[in-house]
Amino acid sequence: MDFFAQGLRISVPYLLAALGGLLAERSGVINIALEGLLLVGAFAGAVAARESGSALIGIGAGVLAGVLLASIYGLAVIRLRADQIVCGVAVTLLASGATRFFLKLTYHSASNSPRIPALASSLPLLGATACICALVHFTLFYTRFGLRLRAAGEHPEALLAVGVGVAPLRWAGVLASGALAGLGGVWLAFDQHQFVANMSAGRGFVALAAMILGGWTPLGALAGCLLFGFAETLELRLSSSSLGLAPGTVQSIPYVLTILALALRPRGRAPRALGQPLD
Amino acid sequence: MRKVIDNLARALAPTALGLLVALALAGVLVRAWGGSPSEVYRLFLDGTWRSAYGVGQVLFKATPLALTGLSVALALHAGLLNVGAEGQLALGAFAMGLVGAHLPAATPALVAIPLCLAAGFLAGAAAGAVPGALRAYRGAHEVIVTIMLNFVILAKLSDWGQRFYLRESVHTAPIVAGAELGRASQWLPSMHGSALSAAGVVALVTCLCAWWFLERTPSGFRLRAVGLGPDAAEHAGVSVARTRLLAMTLAGGVAGLVGANAVLGYKRYYEEGFSGGVGFMGIAVALVGRNHPLGILVAALLFGTLAQGALAVNAVVPKELVDLLEGVIILAVAAASAVSSRELRLAARRDA
Repeated sequence: MDFFAQGLRISVPYLLAALGGLLAERSGVINIALEGLLLVGAFAGAVAARESGSALIGIGAGVLAGVLLASIYGLAVIRLRADQIVCGVAVTLLASGATRFFLKLTYHSASNSPRIPALASSLPLLGATACICALVHFTLFYTRFGLRLRAAGEHPEALLAVGVGVAPLRWAGVLASGALAGLGGVWLAFDQHQFVANMSAGRGFVALAAMILGGWTPLGALAGCLLFGFAETLELRLSSSSLGLAPGTVQSIPYVLTILALALRPRGRAPRALGQPLD
Repeated sequence: MRKVIDNLARALAPTALGLLVALALAGVLVRAWGGSPSEVYRLFLDGTWRSAYGVGQVLFKATPLALTGLSVALALHAGLLNVGAEGQLALGAFAMGLVGAHLPAATPALVAIPLCLAAGFLAGAAAGAVPGALRAYRGAHEVIVTIMLNFVILAKLSDWGQRFYLRESVHTAPIVAGAELGRASQWLPSMHGSALSAAGVVALVTCLCAWWFLERTPSGFRLRAVGLGPDAAEHAGVSVARTRLLAMTLAGGVAGLVGANAVLGYKRYYEEGFSGGVGFMGIAVALVGRNHPLGILVAALLFGTLAQGALAVNAVVPKELVDLLEGVIILAVAAASAVSSRELRLAARRDA
C-alpha cells in the first residue's frame, strides 16, 4: 500500500507537466520547455510558501511563475515564430540559471532553500490532479474550445478559413502548459519540503515522453506517467534494498524505459501541424 | 562585395541584438544584486581580453564549446537536434582517460595522442549512433532520446568509474606522458598559468575538416540535402535513414573529442563532472554560429568569453547570472533570426 501511495505521489508532477505539454502540443506548439516551467514553478512556490507561511500562496505563485515563463516562450515562438525546439531548450537554460541566481540572491545558497511549510496532507493536491486530468480530457474532446484547440494543431488553415484565429488558441495552449507545469513544480518543492537547484532533474523531458507514449491524449498521458512514476518508485525501492544491481543501472531504469517506449511505440499520432508556425 | 556585406550584416544583426538585450538585463540584475554594473563590466573585461592570461583562459573555455557547437551543427545540417553532447563528451573523455592511462609508459606522443583522440571519437560516436539509429529506423524523437541517454551515460559512468578511480577520488589515474597535449605557456610564456593547450588546435582542425566535409564531399552534400528536405532527398535516391544515422554518429564523435581539452591538455586525467554543461551550450554556439563551422569558431569565442568572464566577476555577482544570460541570448538570437528570415521570405515573395 505504501508502495502504491509513493508511486502515485511521484507520478503527480509528471502528469501535470505532461497534461500541460499535451495542451501546447495539441494546439501545434512543441513544448520542450516543460523542464524549465517545472523549475520556476518549484522555485516560486517554495519561496512564496516560505515567505508567506501559506502553502496556498505558494501554489498561486508557482502557477503564476509558470505562466510568466510560458508567456516569454509564447512570445518567442508564437508571436515571433522562432524555432520551437531551440527556444524550448533556451527557456530551460534560462530557468535553470535564473532559479539558481535568485536562490543565491534570496537565501545565499548555491544548492537549496531553507525548509518550507507544506500541506498537511498531499491528498487535496492528488485529488486536484485527478480532476485536472479529467477536465483536460473533457475540455479537449467535448467542448467547442477543445475542438478548436485540436484544429489549431491539426489543420490551422481550416480554422482560418472559418474565421477563427489560430494564435489565441496556441497562446491558450502554451499558457495552460505554463500553469500546469508550474503547479507540478510546486508539488515537487512541497514533496521535498524545499527547493533544490535543478530539482526537476529531467522530469519535464520524461513527461514529454510519457505524453508522446500516450498518443497525445490525457488518458494515455496518465497511463504513461503512472508507468514512469511506478518505475521510479521501483528504482527508489531497489536502491534502498540490495539486489546486487549497480546504482547507475538502477538510476537508469526510468530513462531506459523512456527510450524503449519511444522506440517501440506505434507511430504517427503527432498533431499534423506540430512545430509549424503560421505565416 | 555589397552582397557579402549584406549577408554578413544579416548574420550578425540577430547576435548583436541578443548581446544588447543580455547586456541590458545584466545591468538590471547586477543592480538587483546590489552591485555596480560598470564595476562588473570592468572586472569582466580585465578577466578576459585585457591580459594574455585572460585570453588564454577564454581560448581554453572556447575549445570544448567549438567542438560541442560543431557536434550540434553537424546533426542540425541533417535536420536533427543533438541534445546529447553532454553524455557523448563524457563517454569520450572517459575512454580517452582510460586509454591514456593504460598505454605503456614509454609510448611516443605520435602514437599516444592519436590513439587517445580516436578512443574519444569512437566512444562519442557510439553514444551518438544509438539515438541516430533509433531516429532513423524507429522514428524515436532524437531530442528526448539524447536527453535520456545523457542521464543513463552519466549514471553508468559513475558505476564504471568505481573500478578505475583512484582511492577517495572521482578521477582516473594520470595519463602517460606521451599522451599529454602541450600547454600554450610552453610556447608563449606570457600565458603562464592559463590552461590553454594544443587541444585548441584539435578543435580548430576539426572545424576545418567539418567545413570541408559539409561543403566538398558527396556525403556532406547528402547530409545537407536530408536536412533541407528529407522527402526531396529520398526521391533523389538518398537514403534518409542512413544519412541521419551518419549525422548523429559524426555528431557524437566530434563531441567525444572534447576530452582532449580537459583530459589530455589540462588535468591529465578523467574526472567525473568535468564538463560543466558545455554539451548543452553547444546548442547556443551552433545557433549563434549559424551552423557554419567558421561561424561556430567565432561563437565559441563569444561564449568562451562569457564563461571566463563569469568566473572573473563571481566575487561581485554570482556566476549563475551568466547561465541566465546565455538562455536570454539564445532566445533573443532565435527570435531575431526568425523575424529576419521571415522578412527575407516576404521580400522574395514581393519581388517574384
